[in-house]
Amino acid sequence: MDKTIATLAEAVATIADGATVMIGGFGGSGAPIELIHALIDRYRATGHPSGLTVVNNNAGNGHVGLAALIEAGMVRKLICSFPRSADPVVFTERYLAGNIELELVPQGTLAERIRAGGAGIPAFYTPTGYGTELATGKKIEEFDGRPYVQERWLKADVALVKAERADTMGNLTYRAASRNFGPLMCMAAAETIVQAREIVAPGGIDPETVVTPGIFVQKVVAVPDPQQEETLNRAGAVH
Amino acid sequence: MSPKLSNAQIAWRAAQDIADGAYVNLGIGFPEMVAKFQPPGRQAIFHTENGILNFGEAPPSGQEDWDLINAGKKAVTLKPGAAFFHHADSFAMVRGGHLDVAILGAYQVAETGDLANWSTGPKGVPAVGGAMDLVHGAKRVAVITDHVTKEGAPKLLERCTLPLTGVGCVTRVYTSLAVIDIEGGRFVLREKLAALTFEALQAQTGARLHLTGPVADLTVPEL
Repeated sequence: MDKTIATLAEAVATIADGATVMIGGFGGSGAPIELIHALIDRYRATGHPSGLTVVNNNAGNGHVGLAALIEAGMVRKLICSFPRSADPVVFTERYLAGNIELELVPQGTLAERIRAGGAGIPAFYTPTGYGTELATGKKIEEFDGRPYVQERWLKADVALVKAERADTMGNLTYRAASRNFGPLMCMAAAETIVQAREIVAPGGIDPETVVTPGIFVQKVVAVPDPQQEETLNRAGAVH
Repeated sequence: MSPKLSNAQIAWRAAQDIADGAYVNLGIGFPEMVAKFQPPGRQAIFHTENGILNFGEAPPSGQEDWDLINAGKKAVTLKPGAAFFHHADSFAMVRGGHLDVAILGAYQVAETGDLANWSTGPKGVPAVGGAMDLVHGAKRVAVITDHVTKEGAPKLLERCTLPLTGVGCVTRVYTSLAVIDIEGGRFVLREKLAALTFEALQAQTGARLHLTGPVADLTVPEL
């Protein structure tokens, strides 16, 4: 078994128009910049994929990564918790012009919906959002005297995730706080595509330290020197 | 101009109530300041929603590691005994009752414990982040805030008029004028600035202040 894909272009070649794509990262930490840029490059060359629904905590920053994906016109809808950042101009302009749909989800609910999607749990109850406008239209039930909001699972066709180390079987470790949504999104997508700084042979990751087991990962591609959104934005980069 | 506490002084006062060894989440912005004022001999363990326990101060400029950030997306450092975890575990810590204290900012707080701190209305781009999660689960949910808005309107009200973050969630409010508990749907005054009369404080508060015992002077150092 070898899940290694030779190039970024090949790794993102089969993502279809209208797909739901989960993209790991919290701000720039964990953002799979190279995979996103490969997807943008494919769109510029072929016109596909378009009409994407993207799931991410944020809405991009500056003109790279997720912001560039939105700026390219590939995103129809964004599901996120906090569509603001230091420089959210790309999303903000499109949103205020009515050119992109937003589903705003509390951050912990977003994480748990993704986890539930990966874990085969179609719905769950959370105290979060009860009595607020984000619970409008949702089923409320009382447990042990307290009201809870029913939330549904979230699944995706594809997840794009950044890891630190992968083995060829798809077992992953992450770097520092960049893991954030990665392990959850790997579970919740039909096809998980991972960029890793290093790909090693089976046995190259101690089983005690595996964070995402390879069963949740379909493709791995090596990106030995990944770019960071913050560094790109400080340099004024545009993709 | 009547006396009032600076933001740093409000943060200092809130920090005095954090026990040694407490697990604490500080909301982004003003509440982050609380970490600077831990009393000597006490060490709280700070949680950030994106997935770190026991992070420390910002690194020197130029030494940022952008995989090591807090919920406000500012670079942080790690203390010995830090841990990383994914987002579902992070919010299990939040909703699951594992945090001792969450300290948040506020646009408005109601005597019922309702909090409004995420939206000022339908204009612009809505963004909620972890605010609605953080108000549930921590053993104490405290607010630090100016007592009134920049325009002088009360922020402590009978009912919030702005979109709610959570219902019946706040247990204590540290303001620029007073320390007030929320008990049984009432504001109970615990401390106030000595230079301020009860009547003057009540006049700047949008709901009735109750007294259930002696009111202490709110005293803080110059900062």
